Amino acid sequence: MDILVCILLFSGLFFLTAGSIGILRFPDFYSRLHPAGKLDTLGTLLALMGLALFSLHHFSLGALLTSLKIMLIIIFVFVASPTATHAIVDAGVRAGLAPWTKGEKRR
Amino acid sequence: MLNKNEEKNLHNNQPEIVQKNQSSLYFFPFLTTFIIMFGVWMLLSGKFDPFHLSLGVISCAIVAFLSSDLLFPSPKLKGKLTVFIRWLCYLPWLTIELFKANFHVAYLVFHPRMMDLIDPRIIKFKSTLDSELGLVTFANSITLTPGTITVNVSIDGDFKVHAIDKASGDPLPGEMEIKIAKVFRKV
Amino acid sequence: MDNIFLYSSLYLSFLMVFSLYRAVIGPTVLDRMIGVNAIGSKTTVMLILIGLLYHRVDMFVDICLAYAMLNFIAVLAASRYFHKRQGLSDEI
Repeated sequence: MDILVCILLFSGLFFLTAGSIGILRFPDFYSRLHPAGKLDTLGTLLALMGLALFSLHHFSLGALLTSLKIMLIIIFVFVASPTATHAIVDAGVRAGLAPWTKGEKRR
Repeated sequence: MLNKNEEKNLHNNQPEIVQKNQSSLYFFPFLTTFIIMFGVWMLLSGKFDPFHLSLGVISCAIVAFLSSDLLFPSPKLKGKLTVFIRWLCYLPWLTIELFKANFHVAYLVFHPRMMDLIDPRIIKFKSTLDSELGLVTFANSITLTPGTITVNVSIDGDFKVHAIDKASGDPLPGEMEIKIAKVFRKV
Repeated sequence: MDNIFLYSSLYLSFLMVFSLYRAVIGPTVLDRMIGVNAIGSKTTVMLILIGLLYHRVDMFVDICLAYAMLNFIAVLAASRYFHKRQGLSDEI
C-alpha cells in the first residue's frame, strides 16, 4: 500500500517538475501553455490520487469522507484545468499575439 | 422553470391544463438535481444527525427548485442517462490518451535540442458534431491530448487548434471525433 | 511516511520558485498568468501534504477545494480582464 502511494506521489511530482521546466524553456506564450495545461493537470491528478489512497490507511467514516472529498477535487481539476487553459489562449488570441514559428528568436 | 411557467401564464388564455402537464414534466429534472445536490451536501458536511440533514433538505430543495432548468435545459429526460453512461465509457480511452500526451510533452521538455524539434502551427478544421455538449467535450479532450490546444470553437463547429509539432497536429480530427460522435448520437 | 511528505512538500516549494521566475520575468501579462496558474496547481497538492503532516487532513481538504475553485475563477476573471491589447502593447 505504502509503495503504491509512493509511486503515485513521485510520478505526480515528476510530471509537475516537467511542467515547471517546460514553462521556463519553451519559446513563446502559446507553446508554454502546453506544459502548463497538460503536465500540471496530470501531475496534480496523480499526486492527489496517491494522497487519497493514503488517507484511507486507517479505515473509518471520516477517512472515507476525506478521500471522497479529494476525489471531488480531482474531478474538479480535471474539468477546470482545460477550461482555464482555453481562457488564457482566448485572451492571447484576442490581444493579437502572433504564434512563434520555427527560426525566430525566442521571446 | 419559474420563468417559463410565468410566460405561459401571460401568453396563454387557458393556462390550467398546460401548466399542470408542464409541472409534471418538470418534476423529474427537479428530483435529479435535488439528489445530486443532496449527495454533494452529505459529502461536504460529513454530519448525519437530523438537524444537519434537515438543513440540507431545505436548502437543496430551494436551490433545485430555482435552478433545475440550468442542468436540464429541456424537460425531456429520455436518453440523458444513456448518453451519460456512454460518456463514462469514453473516459478510460481519454485517460490512456492523456498519459501518451504527457509522456510526449515531457519528452519534448527534457530534450536538450528542444528548439529544433518543436514546430508550432495553427490548424483549422470543421467538425461535424452538432450538439453543444459534444463540442465542449471535444474541445476539452483536444486540450488534454497530444501536443494540441483548442484556440477557438464556434457554435457551428469551426475549430482552431494550436499544435506544438507536425506529428501531433496531423491526425486531427480523426479517431477522437468519431468516438465523441458515437457518444452523443441520437438515442 | 511523514518524512516523505515533508521532503516532497519542500520539493514542491522549490518547484514553485521556477514558476515564480516566469511570473516575475515573463515578457507579457499572459505569461505571468501562466506562472501564477502553475503555482496555484502546485499549492493544491501542497495543502493536502501539509494537512497530512499536521494529521488534520479533514480540515485542510476543505481549504484545498476552496483554493482550487478560487484559482480557477481568478484565472477566468484575469483572462477576461486582459483580453484587450492595451496591457500588452508596450511589453511585446
